[in-house]
Amino acid sequence: MSDTPKHIRTPLSRVRGLGAARSGTAHFWRQRLTAVANIPLTIAAVVIMIMLLGRNQAAVAQILGSPVVAIIMLLFIGSITMHMRIGMQVIIEDYVHDEISKLVLIMANAFFCIAVALTSAYGILKLSFGL
Amino acid sequence: MAETKAPAARPLSPHLQIYKPTLTMMMSIVHRVTGFGLYFGTLLLAWWLIAAVSPSSYARFEWFASSIIGRLILFGYTWALIHHMLGGIRHLIWDTGRAMGPAEREWLAAANLIGSIAITVLLWIFGLLAMGGPV
Repeated sequence: MSDTPKHIRTPLSRVRGLGAARSGTAHFWRQRLTAVANIPLTIAAVVIMIMLLGRNQAAVAQILGSPVVAIIMLLFIGSITMHMRIGMQVIIEDYVHDEISKLVLIMANAFFCIAVALTSAYGILKLSFGL
Repeated sequence: MAETKAPAARPLSPHLQIYKPTLTMMMSIVHRVTGFGLYFGTLLLAWWLIAAVSPSSYARFEWFASSIIGRLILFGYTWALIHHMLGGIRHLIWDTGRAMGPAEREWLAAANLIGSIAITVLLWIFGLLAMGGPV
């Protein structure tokens, strides 16, 4: 910092409104929300996966496409992909300090999570609706 | 934007290499590593779900899942999932301000590790039995 200030505004007034005021806890909250949701959904998904072990494709497709199982799997996919997007962003922000690399990785993270979510959802919906 | 010049070189706070490894510290690192692994593991989940649409694509997935490499990856994925879930429950307990004392946090860290290994092994024994044997 130079000794002669270039601005008449105080440092505090210059940064006011630029930070995380009011919305800064959104990621923190959503990470907890999805974490709580992930617990029953993961248990249910693991039970479903064990039920489907060793069955042939026709049986797997029929069970995965049945309403309750399909809805549980859709909720599971939605919750874990939202959770992992926030988690990976934290990792990126912790270790990647170059601004451009950081932005590129945060974008790639969003693309990856949305692609995984929609690809999985497409599979489940196709089984459900038999399109 | 409030831009400032780079400040004078100042001593940094001590980082990982200066600390003696402890169980709680290792579990913190493992929580992040398992989360990182699970992130890419979702590709397998997505593959499984879209493969279930047709017999030939499901046969390809099953070929991979029942190969040695596939089994190892799925075993690791199961453990990472259970470990991250138990670790997450630990974090949710901490979020309420509870169980932060030295004895409690050591106990929780050990329970997390032992619990995740035990549950993973049980799930696999159960899963392999459900499939009618390890082959």
